[in-house]
Amino acid sequence: MSKFLYRHRFYISRRIVQILILTAYFGANAYGWKIVAGNLSSSVLFGFIPLSDPFATLQMFFAGAVIATDILVGALVVFLVYSVIGGRFFCSWVCPVNIVTETAAALRRKLDFEEKEHALTFSRNIRYWVIAITLGLSLIFSLAAFEMISPIGIAHRGVIFGFGFGWLFLVAIFLFDLFSQQYGWCGHICPLGGFNALIGKYSLIKVVHDKEKCLDSLACFKVCPEVEVLNMVGKYSAPVTAAGCIKCGRCLEVCDNDAFHISVVSLAEQLKER
Amino acid sequence: MNKLNDQKRRVFLQKTMQGVGYGAFGVIAWSSYLSQSQAKNLILRPPGALSEKDFVSTCIRCGMCVESCPFDVLELSTISDQVSIGTPYFTAREEGCRMCPDIPCTSACPTGALDLPSLTVDNKLDINRARMGLSTINTQTCLAYLGLQCTMCFQACPLTGDAIFLEKERNVRTDMHALLKPVVNPDYCTGCGMCEHACPTTVASIKVLPLAITKGDIGSHFIVGWEEGDESRLIDTSNDVTLDRTPRNKKSALDNVNDVEGILDDILGGR
Repeated sequence: MSKFLYRHRFYISRRIVQILILTAYFGANAYGWKIVAGNLSSSVLFGFIPLSDPFATLQMFFAGAVIATDILVGALVVFLVYSVIGGRFFCSWVCPVNIVTETAAALRRKLDFEEKEHALTFSRNIRYWVIAITLGLSLIFSLAAFEMISPIGIAHRGVIFGFGFGWLFLVAIFLFDLFSQQYGWCGHICPLGGFNALIGKYSLIKVVHDKEKCLDSLACFKVCPEVEVLNMVGKYSAPVTAAGCIKCGRCLEVCDNDAFHISVVSLAEQLKER
Repeated sequence: MNKLNDQKRRVFLQKTMQGVGYGAFGVIAWSSYLSQSQAKNLILRPPGALSEKDFVSTCIRCGMCVESCPFDVLELSTISDQVSIGTPYFTAREEGCRMCPDIPCTSACPTGALDLPSLTVDNKLDINRARMGLSTINTQTCLAYLGLQCTMCFQACPLTGDAIFLEKERNVRTDMHALLKPVVNPDYCTGCGMCEHACPTTVASIKVLPLAITKGDIGSHFIVGWEEGDESRLIDTSNDVTLDRTPRNKKSALDNVNDVEGILDDILGGR
């Protein structure tokens, strides 16, 4: 049991953090708690720190909306935090859709779906195209285009204010991830993940691989939601600098030989690695 | 070698066009959804909301106005509602806006989609400046217009006497009673919806609809002569009206008939 807990220490802590954050938002609406009010598009932390989604703000800018100071400051705060600690921390530690996508992936592994047989494979770079399309559509329709369909927004607002039929979106993502493409939504399409990845490209906190300890078990490859970022595993020691890494810590958990650790990697070192 | 290149080229082209195909499919579905949600809708926005088009582009969908509403009047739309997703609205028949003097919903808005300055006069909040909609009365089903005694909307109205006033009229059916007809004054009506909420008929006979739908506009081409100054708008207008029609011949009719050469030219086409 304790081995199970240890091997899922990040997984479990992330679930706890995700649910605590959801609870705090829910409580703000239902009981008037003052921890964090609003939702993932825009919030107020402790009643005075504005937080806004930089991607939503950029869409609003393209939509021709006048960006209020609160939103601008909020977006800057989030942007700074993301660029220092890594934007995709959001994906693994905050985003409610992550629970859906990782559950689908876990079930997929349990059911032993062969990649090739059930795959509708497409490139992970689609998300960057989706960012471009989002901004284009925002410009054409004068609307924050992704915010209108975002499953993240739908899920998060759903928990706080009520779902409507919105939960069907989450079912769709679950089925898509389970049967068509592993991590199909979060790892391939979601433009918010892509945008956060771009912001956090040179963040200071990185997962670092140590080749000396690696026994080539490939356990990390089985669980990593963004396997392409592990291209150095078993070959050479290096920090994971690829933007895709969501810092979920799964590779640390499953590695029996501690060939991974999380540490601060300075910008100079990161540039040297390239 | 040549064949191998050819194969690569085929695959590349096919993959590219696949991507374009999926992309077009997605973009078309997405675009149609976006343009749908820009359509004029029949719901009421919180006080101080910008015009619908600006509102949906400026609102970040954070829901803080909904959270701050002390009477739980405001709702945040879900994908099943006929409202741009994630935006605040209220349904007057269910709950009317209570017109809080401190306007917590508009004050909570971080984006200015709910525009606080539009509800501020001399640095003081004035909720009565809100224009969420305009009440309209169906005089065929309104109890008071039928001659029954009902002043529910008049009593529910927070600006009673101004936004809704009662017009006394002889009841010609009985010839001995009075009709106390409620009348809405658009100069004062804020569109809070308390009247629609209070109306006792099965389907409300007084309804609040968004201003964009109920409000008429006389246009600039009518002059309201009895309003002081309105006639002065004529001064700047010019009489030069260019009409697109065939110009009249400048010669007199007699000259035209006697112009034999000209007629011959016309007939023979200048030969």
